[in-house]
Amino acid sequence: MPASDNAFHTALALVLSMDPALIDIVLLSLQVSFTAVLIACLLALPLGAALALWAFPGRGVIVVLFNALMGLPPVVAGLTVYLLLSRAGPLGEFGLLFTPSAMVVAQVVLVLPIITALTRQQIEELHHEYREQLTSLGMSKLRRIPTLLWDARFGLITVILAGFGRASAEVGAVMIVGGNIDGVTRVMTTAIVLETAKGDLPLALGLGIVLLTLVAVVNGAAYVVGETARRRLG
Amino acid sequence: MPLNKTKTAITILGLGLGMVLSLGSQAQDDERYITLASTTSTEQSGLFDAIIPKFRDNTGIDVHVVAVGTGQAFEIARRGDADSLLVHDTAGEEQFVADGYATERRDVMVNDFVIIGPSDDPAGIGEAETVDEAFSMIAEAEAPFASRGDDSGTNRAELRLWESAGVEPNGEWYRELGSGMGPTLNTAAGMDAYVMSDRATWVAFDNRQNLDILFEGDEALFNQYGSLLLSEERHPHLKHDLAQQWHEWLVSEDGQQAIADFELKGQQLFFPNAK
Repeated sequence: MPASDNAFHTALALVLSMDPALIDIVLLSLQVSFTAVLIACLLALPLGAALALWAFPGRGVIVVLFNALMGLPPVVAGLTVYLLLSRAGPLGEFGLLFTPSAMVVAQVVLVLPIITALTRQQIEELHHEYREQLTSLGMSKLRRIPTLLWDARFGLITVILAGFGRASAEVGAVMIVGGNIDGVTRVMTTAIVLETAKGDLPLALGLGIVLLTLVAVVNGAAYVVGETARRRLG
Repeated sequence: MPLNKTKTAITILGLGLGMVLSLGSQAQDDERYITLASTTSTEQSGLFDAIIPKFRDNTGIDVHVVAVGTGQAFEIARRGDADSLLVHDTAGEEQFVADGYATERRDVMVNDFVIIGPSDDPAGIGEAETVDEAFSMIAEAEAPFASRGDDSGTNRAELRLWESAGVEPNGEWYRELGSGMGPTLNTAAGMDAYVMSDRATWVAFDNRQNLDILFEGDEALFNQYGSLLLSEERHPHLKHDLAQQWHEWLVSEDGQQAIADFELKGQQLFFPNAK
């Protein structure tokens, strides 16, 4: 298959050339996805923990809803955010459509359910283990949230990485709300779609390899940080 | 450890805040730009890369191109999400003006459609005199035909050609892909199907495999592009001043020359014809 042979050469040449346009695309991809994951974490970690600790009527429905939303098709998320941010939509006056901010919003929508659902599950298990101890300490549920989150931190790194994977890999949502504007909202995945459309399959695959490598580096860094912390702090 | 925790949290928050702020500032860097909804053919052929810098040098206005199918481009403009519109569906454009979404429509340029198919040409359309004849031959042979099926300008033009050939395109051989021009060409290459493409996308397209141009040159295949000046009344928030400069530049001598000067692989692809 010559196309894939070329792809590795193309990928290597892309990285070695340090093409400023490519660097901008890579930086924007990372910036958008990191920002989205960060915002999603700030909301989803406490939310997931709260869902694990509190029992209230309808809790089951909410848990199932978040689990189901982990499978939310990116195009649907993108379309929803598009309709919200469009000038004719309720948030239109902010003029966010076709900007990187719109892409962040769309990715938050996609990542939030994943981090919430997986956090809920992890914290629930942990709480099961520590419940008696925490109760004997007389700790309120609100105060248990940071304690449990901190205790589950190594598992939560994987949860956050799952969210990052979803954010950096998706294309359907950012294509609709970002518009794939050259030099403004073009990210790795939308660039891959564009090159595929142009029939430049080696370049498309080459960009794919670069993206995969980036994601691997981020995961590797998280792994090293996690392992080092685990060893140090026991 | 609590100190450590706080430190980590502050670092993460700081990083995040920095990223959010820098995203915001990027958006504000270049206030003088318009958002143009246009078609994939103009974007993917590289036309905009060639002419927008010239416009920017002239006026200091940048143009952000959102390249989608003509149907979607109309929808984006209708909702007030683009400042300007450059598409290729004259009937649709005139309707858009009649509906009050745009105040003016100008011819900008033409390119043409070509009929592409497997190089051994099983339906024999290479012999056809007119595009009507070519389309009838494809239907008669029930040779696979890949249609965009996405309500784009090209799709609308293709459907008009079937109508004019007196053929109802349906059956196993007629495949509506619901994709852009590039993906449709990729699919046609994969299944050795006939396909109608604008010449610009075809010339820029690299994954041709067994495909070739089999029929071209009929006047019915001319593909007129028009620029629309959007209605200030409908969407007062749009950058009408800047959009008007773009609209007028496109049909000006400078703009028309820039379009004529654009070549891809040694071929002129768009022929300015503003009146």
